[in-house]
Amino acid sequence: MTLDDNRLISMANQIADFFKSYPEGEAVEGIATHIQKFWDPRMRRGIFAHLNKGGAGLHPLTLKALQQLAAKQPDLAKSA
Amino acid sequence: MLIQETDYGTPIRLSTKMVTLTIDGQDITVPEGTSIMRAAAEMGTKVPKLCATDSIEAFGSCRLCAVEIEGRRGTPASCTTPVENGLKVWTQTGKLAKLRRNIMELYISDHPLDCLTCPANGNCELQDMAGVVGLRDVRYGFKGSNHLDAVKDESNPYFTFDASKCIVCSRCVRACEEVQGTFALTIDSRGFASTVSPGQKEDFLGSECVSCGACVQACPTATLMEKTVIDAGQAEHSIITTCAYCGVGCSFKAEMRGTEVVNMVPYKDGEANHGHSCVKGRFAWGYTTHQDRITKPMIRAKITDPWKEVSWEEAINYAASEFKRIQGKYGRNAVGGITSSRCTNEEAYLVQKLVRAAFGVNNVDTCARVCHSPTGYGLSQTFGTSAGTQNFDSVREADVIMVIGANPTDAHPVFGSHMKKRLREGAKLIVVDPRRIDLVKSAHIKASYHLPLKPGTNVAMINALAHVIVTEGLVKEDYVAERCDMMEFNRWRDFVSDKRHAPEEMEKYTGVKAADVREAARLYASVKNAAIYYGLGVTEHSQGSTMVMGMANLAMATGNVGHIGAGVNPLRGQNNVQGSCDMGSFPHELTGYRHISTDAVREEFNRAWGVTLDPEPGLRIPNMLDAAVDGTFKGIYIQGEDIAQSDPNTKHVTAGLEAMECVVVQDIFLNETANYAHVFLPGTTFLEKDGTFTNAERRINMVRQAIPPVPGYADWEVTMMLSKALGYEMKYSHPSEIMDEIAALTPTFKGVSYKRIDEMGSIQWPCNDAAPNGTPTMHIDKFVRGKGRFMITEFVPTEEKVGPRFPLILTTGRILSQYNVGAQTRRTGNVAWHPEDILEIHAFDAEQRGIRDGDNVAIVSRVGETSLKAVISERMQPGVVYTTFHHFGTGANVITTDFSDWATNCPEYKVTAVEVRLSNHQSEWQRENALFRQASRRITKAAE
Repeated sequence: MTLDDNRLISMANQIADFFKSYPEGEAVEGIATHIQKFWDPRMRRGIFAHLNKGGAGLHPLTLKALQQLAAKQPDLAKSA
Repeated sequence: MLIQETDYGTPIRLSTKMVTLTIDGQDITVPEGTSIMRAAAEMGTKVPKLCATDSIEAFGSCRLCAVEIEGRRGTPASCTTPVENGLKVWTQTGKLAKLRRNIMELYISDHPLDCLTCPANGNCELQDMAGVVGLRDVRYGFKGSNHLDAVKDESNPYFTFDASKCIVCSRCVRACEEVQGTFALTIDSRGFASTVSPGQKEDFLGSECVSCGACVQACPTATLMEKTVIDAGQAEHSIITTCAYCGVGCSFKAEMRGTEVVNMVPYKDGEANHGHSCVKGRFAWGYTTHQDRITKPMIRAKITDPWKEVSWEEAINYAASEFKRIQGKYGRNAVGGITSSRCTNEEAYLVQKLVRAAFGVNNVDTCARVCHSPTGYGLSQTFGTSAGTQNFDSVREADVIMVIGANPTDAHPVFGSHMKKRLREGAKLIVVDPRRIDLVKSAHIKASYHLPLKPGTNVAMINALAHVIVTEGLVKEDYVAERCDMMEFNRWRDFVSDKRHAPEEMEKYTGVKAADVREAARLYASVKNAAIYYGLGVTEHSQGSTMVMGMANLAMATGNVGHIGAGVNPLRGQNNVQGSCDMGSFPHELTGYRHISTDAVREEFNRAWGVTLDPEPGLRIPNMLDAAVDGTFKGIYIQGEDIAQSDPNTKHVTAGLEAMECVVVQDIFLNETANYAHVFLPGTTFLEKDGTFTNAERRINMVRQAIPPVPGYADWEVTMMLSKALGYEMKYSHPSEIMDEIAALTPTFKGVSYKRIDEMGSIQWPCNDAAPNGTPTMHIDKFVRGKGRFMITEFVPTEEKVGPRFPLILTTGRILSQYNVGAQTRRTGNVAWHPEDILEIHAFDAEQRGIRDGDNVAIVSRVGETSLKAVISERMQPGVVYTTFHHFGTGANVITTDFSDWATNCPEYKVTAVEVRLSNHQSEWQRENALFRQASRRITKAAE
């Protein structure tokens, strides 16, 4: 196992599985906040890189959360 | 000085009603229910006694404690006679003196007269009493019937049973029943033929005895005696310290002769253990002087090279230069560290400080990652703080105890005994566990409900329990309205009320009868005090954090947070796993669970440490290993942690370690991780240093140095040396100064200091201006976060699925006699009980595979294979197998997977799809690892 796309996608989607029972706005916010607070920047950079490639395999809520997070962290998202 | 606690003869009685009587002409006022013996002891008068001791109820058999009471006939036993207002008691009269001397004469007529060579010489109550009553002659002689030739039972590795010295006072039998709760001992036969018997005339080792030492502690003679004392003699001084095994954090007296430990005796005033112990803390400390201890620093350029012993200076400089080289070449974030849950708070604090300040990164983590990190997350989200809610004594007032995914009688034995005592008093028990653990049914204990759910379905179960409570009107509405966020509660209520969470619907996942779930939920919600105790069976799942929140929901909904007898209580695994978390060991937070991104918090540390901390969270252990395999993480400093044996998917862990260019291991032995290390820094045991441990009830206990550090430096000093070599000097002359810094930077520790701990014995955090004496019960009146927060806990089945190739579920855990990776306990007499890991398998699964009890089997998962011995066990349910991870040769984690908790990456140890088959050989991994291990442990000795 490495910090490759599949690993990061799986981890991000697991977070969405928790938040999916909340209203969408809260869920997206919850996922984004969780990734921001608990993922090291290289992991975020990795998932942003995947997002930049279209984000295949990401749960729709994860996708929205990452887009929101990328907008808040443009430097990190750009460096991905 | 040898510390000897007062023995009051009978247990303390707590009553608000006080009684005044006169003893030997002096007035004394004590709580109602107190014995005359205890009342006398409290005023300093020792009534002679043999069968009484204050850890067990009075028995009244020896009659030595007889007293005279004015206006009453006869000479009642003071141990069994309760005080009454106005009694006039005399403890020393001519009549009593004659009576006591006669009694002692009878005892001594059947007792060896070898006091000068007896191991209890100088510490024998029988000897003392002979002196106290003035025994000068035994008129009966010594030639009559006697027990002087009774055979000694030396089967137990730690103590002997010399029946020739037994006075049949039954203290051992009663201690086994009342203190330990095992009921392994009995009095066999009657009258003069009476003898103490383990089980049904078995020897101690072969009996149900769990070797907790309560009987040895209670024995007034040399009948039950520690072998170390027999070998070395009686101690001459003692030091009070804290056990370095599980999260109960028992206080012990290290009884010493010079710098040699001869005995570890549980300390009666220890707030966590109240004078009780288990086989590990009481006896399994021989590892501290084991020949395998590495006492000199070692380095090597490649892990295929032999180790070379070097000076401390060379080892430290080599490690520092390697870390600098790596950071120069691969970037600052290419290194990190792991703090130890086996080391002190001060040591954990220093390691995380080194990582953040000297390395300049936040890549620091601790072993809680793989055990209770979901506890921290889940309780923080719901209650507002990352710790359990109660002290251990709270269980004494619980009316219903729900044990979920924990096996306290094995993993937290001293607390398990306290819990069993409460259960014998009548509290009801619900056990939620795939296995039929001992608590489900054992001597005088029977769970009202055992919910044997399938591994991986905890959240389905907690939702089903919540469904019953909500839909049957069992919510404590006034509590919720006053204490909790109503918007969140109403949303949760709607969620769990949905029919899909009904026990009948969840049964297809959990495998547990809906009717039992309904009854258990009703029982939990029906009493004033219902307490949840849980362990790694909750946290080590892909939904570990969700389950913690689910339990918190249940407790809030029933009003079971914020008062004694209730709460949500994690049973922490290692001795200082709570403390290591408190000390800022997680990559995203500083001490006291404050997020690294919080500017104000970070600024305090910047000022105190003279650095600029990175506001971004660092890597967690699994992420570090992933990044190492990726090639972006190249160096690690690991203090007191053996990730190569304890962490999941061993081959992945070792691949990560192998990919690093500098692995520094600081430990007392060459552990499995050290096979992949380039620098080995010899560590110290708990006996060799000062510091503090924090147990599962947030209790900060002192660890006091009993012997000098074997390698020359305590672990905190080594971390300081490494930090200095890295260019960041730390200046502490004693761990107390480290604690002062922690207190200055951590609001929940503001009132903590060594002076205060010494004065109070121990302190439960939060300890600050609002709670100057600490906090035994949290969330009284209001939650730390303000309003309690109900969380939605959708059940999401794990991705680890059983199927035709892997039809069984493996769940792993621990047993009583071994501890964690076994590095300590495997080097003690405890191997007598558990010399190897075994696979427990249900008879049905065994029969289908042609497996008989004791057969060697291969166990295979999607990630690995190992082999071990199978034991057919009725504790298992069909479809589920169980093993432990205490032995490196088995390597149970070769099988476990990378699946982990969604919030914290805590591994899913409890659910691995496997197949088991007969095998007559070791797995390829076992063979290769044995060869690699042997090669990696070659040491080139330094010239003397």
